[in-house]
Amino acid sequence: MHNLTIKQMSEKLHAGEITSVQLTQHYLDRISKYDTELNAYVSVTPELAMMMAEQADKKLASGEADLLTGIPVAHKDIFCTDGVKTSCSSKMLDNFIAPYDAHVVSQLKKVGMPILGKTNMDEFAMGSSSESSYYGPTKNPWNHQAVPGGSSGGAAAVIAAGLAPMATGTDTGGSIRQPASFCGITGIKPTYGSVSRFGIVAYASSFDQAGPMTRSAQDSAWLLNAMAGFDERDSTSLQREAVDYAAELGQSLKGLKVGVPAEYFGEGLDADVEAVVRDAIAEVEKLGAEVVEVHLPNKDLAVPSYYVLAPAEASSNLSRFDGVRFGYRCENPKDLEDLYKRSRSEGLGAEVKRRIMVGAYALSAGYYDAYYLKAQKLRRMVRDDFTKAFESCDVIMGPVAPTPAFNIGEKTDDPTSMYLADLYTIPVNLAGLPGISVPAGFVNDRPVGLHIVGPYFSETKLLNVAHQYQQVTDWHTRMPAQYQ
Amino acid sequence: MSLGKTEVEYISRLSAIAVEENEVDQVAAKLSNILDLFSQMEAADTDGVEPMAHPLDQVQRLRADVVTEQDQHEKLQEIAPSAEAGLYLVPQVIE
Amino acid sequence: MSWEVVIGLEIHAQLTTNTKIFSGASIAYGAQPNTQACPIDVGMPGMLPVLNEAVIGKSVMLGLALDAEIGRKSVFDRKNYFYPDLPKGYQTSQFNYPIVGKGKLEIEVDGVKKTIGVTRAHLEEDAGKSIHGAVAGQTGIDLNRAGTPLLEIVSDPDLSSAKEAVAYARKMHELVQYLGICDGNMQEGSFRVDSNVSVRRPGEPLGTRAELKNINSFRFIEKAIEFEIERQIELLESGGKVVQETRLYDSENDVTRSMRTKEEANDYRYFPCPDLLPVVITEETIEQINASMPELPDAKRARYVADFGLSDYDAGVLTGSRDMAEFFESVVEKTAAKDIKLCANWMTSGFSGALNKGGLTVKQSPIDADKMAGMLNRIIDNTISGKIAKQVFDAMWNGEGSADEIIESKGLKQITDSGAIEALVDEVLANNPSQVEAYKGGQEKMLGYFVGQIMKASGGQANPGQVNQILKAKLSD
Repeated sequence: MHNLTIKQMSEKLHAGEITSVQLTQHYLDRISKYDTELNAYVSVTPELAMMMAEQADKKLASGEADLLTGIPVAHKDIFCTDGVKTSCSSKMLDNFIAPYDAHVVSQLKKVGMPILGKTNMDEFAMGSSSESSYYGPTKNPWNHQAVPGGSSGGAAAVIAAGLAPMATGTDTGGSIRQPASFCGITGIKPTYGSVSRFGIVAYASSFDQAGPMTRSAQDSAWLLNAMAGFDERDSTSLQREAVDYAAELGQSLKGLKVGVPAEYFGEGLDADVEAVVRDAIAEVEKLGAEVVEVHLPNKDLAVPSYYVLAPAEASSNLSRFDGVRFGYRCENPKDLEDLYKRSRSEGLGAEVKRRIMVGAYALSAGYYDAYYLKAQKLRRMVRDDFTKAFESCDVIMGPVAPTPAFNIGEKTDDPTSMYLADLYTIPVNLAGLPGISVPAGFVNDRPVGLHIVGPYFSETKLLNVAHQYQQVTDWHTRMPAQYQ
Repeated sequence: MSLGKTEVEYISRLSAIAVEENEVDQVAAKLSNILDLFSQMEAADTDGVEPMAHPLDQVQRLRADVVTEQDQHEKLQEIAPSAEAGLYLVPQVIE
Repeated sequence: MSWEVVIGLEIHAQLTTNTKIFSGASIAYGAQPNTQACPIDVGMPGMLPVLNEAVIGKSVMLGLALDAEIGRKSVFDRKNYFYPDLPKGYQTSQFNYPIVGKGKLEIEVDGVKKTIGVTRAHLEEDAGKSIHGAVAGQTGIDLNRAGTPLLEIVSDPDLSSAKEAVAYARKMHELVQYLGICDGNMQEGSFRVDSNVSVRRPGEPLGTRAELKNINSFRFIEKAIEFEIERQIELLESGGKVVQETRLYDSENDVTRSMRTKEEANDYRYFPCPDLLPVVITEETIEQINASMPELPDAKRARYVADFGLSDYDAGVLTGSRDMAEFFESVVEKTAAKDIKLCANWMTSGFSGALNKGGLTVKQSPIDADKMAGMLNRIIDNTISGKIAKQVFDAMWNGEGSADEIIESKGLKQITDSGAIEALVDEVLANNPSQVEAYKGGQEKMLGYFVGQIMKASGGQANPGQVNQILKAKLSD
């Protein structure tokens, strides 16, 4: 059953050939069988899943079901889920049973998608390998020595290994696209403001954006339809007319102008990855697209700008984790200061503490102008680069990450080298643009993704470009042998 | 840029994160590495560039002044580390 | 050599909204702990702020009343620090771009007018409360107040005495209540005044200031500032130095005391709140609000004097609060002859007196404008005399009904039947022959005696004008 496409699953569910209970049980069985080794789930919620599956079957029987009714989903453990532990893979929230649902969770509940569990991630979404999780690293299903990427590494791994048909993720600096690339799945980060942030534990509020992580672009379009939309509880949620993200699937790519930024193929890019990406672009050309050269001259400034701004926001966003109202509290605090300092230093992991400290420093008296304000100006310059580039092309294509998945432990001692793993994805978050990672091949046994970036609100186009590419390639249908 | 013990202690206080005596050097070294990354920004000419706080040029939406929230302190305090008589408890603060 | 006093005030006015500035939780005063603290107010993970529309209009109203610049694009910032009553670890406030910019307010002290500059007014959220002693050995945190909308109004350091400071604070207090943007309740903390006080030799740069906080009456604010000025002068004259610190006023001993403060300076790391977007106020919005502005107290006072011919004192009493002025205007509106003088007299004496005696506000008055006007109408149409009206007023105040009901049930209707009055006059004259003789012999003051006797005999109900007229006619027979 896990080899069916979402479209096939939906058809069979609607035709009564399979039930949501059967489908959900099938995935729960696979999780029991494989996840001890993979460590992609922080929590599995079989009772909730089966209860929801039963309800979904009733809805299917009543004839009032949506396309995705009855199809199970795994939520990244950053989405608050009523009555379920929502840990952000942190010791700080190891005891946090969320008393409410994130908007995304309630949207998918309304559709009737049974919740299989919560997926592992870098602690508080700060990382590119999922190694900083309090619950230990998730393995890459293609190669257990390798990381699945991050921060939505658990979500990418469960899709790649067939431990969930669909998953939700969040992307602050590349956290959907980079793990999608590393695990050979499709993942899209929509335009900032498309999906409500309500109930998503905040990392960096002006960057955080949720999106779907699935096998194919078509699956992503369907899931995004259920996730996106205006939510009055999020001030940054966009008030737009409802969009059908699947509306353009099936359009020809004839005449599509593909911008290829010279700066994305320079120093630091692994030659094998480059070959995969260039082949993929050539494939798109064969479909009738026209390749033009574009420039993103401030690309190299994006990484330092992001690593000032995101930690600055994080340093403030994570102040609420103080051991007073929820979450971890240290044993026997001797006074208030001790309560704060010990709860936070015991409850938070090294990378999270590092980003909080660096962010606090960037905002502190005497450094605000040189760091924070300067980074905000660079943010605009990076955005303006894209605006200019899109004057001469419809979409931009390039690598998602400079290398395929690296090995577990390879970069943990050197935070700044880990930061550079996001150099192609970060500019997109600075600008707030939509970007998608599409499986495009392998380097040895490790998948490589093609990065497609578009102007604001061009998700339907990006999804169609990916979909057309997936009509003539089969990278997205491949599964690691041991999970087939 | 290289951080010393004084700066690490200052940052530790600002962020309410304890840094043990024996960790100071290591923390200082890693933070200094990150600051080196920041120093790449120095050379960029940003004269006349408006700082950008939000990706989209949107304005704040307003909420009607209507009570929509009901009392749920019991539910919220079930997950509190320490609560009694409806209050969240912390070690005694002398004011 | 003399000293110059420099005072600036920071006033926190709690805005009269139904809900918090960023959440839909109620801000009603006096609820059980944390029953009005929703997940947003508690700063729970994933919770986001959405701005209450009511705070915008209220802030703009104050800005217009202060003749201030309105922040066309104001921005919310985060002020970061750790404290248990600050659930998110930051206070959402406005730093670089406040909603109200530079403005001014005119005060009057001992007949001298002075214009005080207003630096700015910005929106921010209140913190919760720390509660000591509820649970032994621990501090309890109640977050009901967290997120309550405050407008912080900052004055220029233009105030040069305790009297001026209090005049400014009172004027602002009156203004925010007139505008209906703050209930002004100082006991409940809806209107909080912090005073920055320093002294210097004329011509020298500003001295180091001390901040006086948490004083909840104007009288104590004045005393605290006076004490603080004396303390600083004595300290400087004896070669000491003023330390920048927060001081609390001890009203029992009439002294200010240093609040134990952390030695470390604060570094609040203000930055624009990424969860909120810039608030844009259009010309159209400002015009709409301007059109809906109530008449301000100074303008109203001037109008009462000019148009109604009232004394400065009466105009002052009648405009003492917006409720009082509205009550008065409503009474005038409802009285048949629109006899403003009569209405003003009854409002400033009978009505105000009764309120003061009972310690009541206009809103708490047991009689409404309808009842008041009902009684005045009976004076105007001669149903009762001014004297009887006092009885009627007291009965209305005690809840015995409307003026008409009371006049009816107590039989207070004025006697205007000239036949009946003639009979009373005849009776009194017949019973007092020697006094009649005396009158006729030239003792005209006896007239008053007869009137008194006749009124007494009528139980106060005879129309005094008619009594005089008939009496004089009879005596001159």
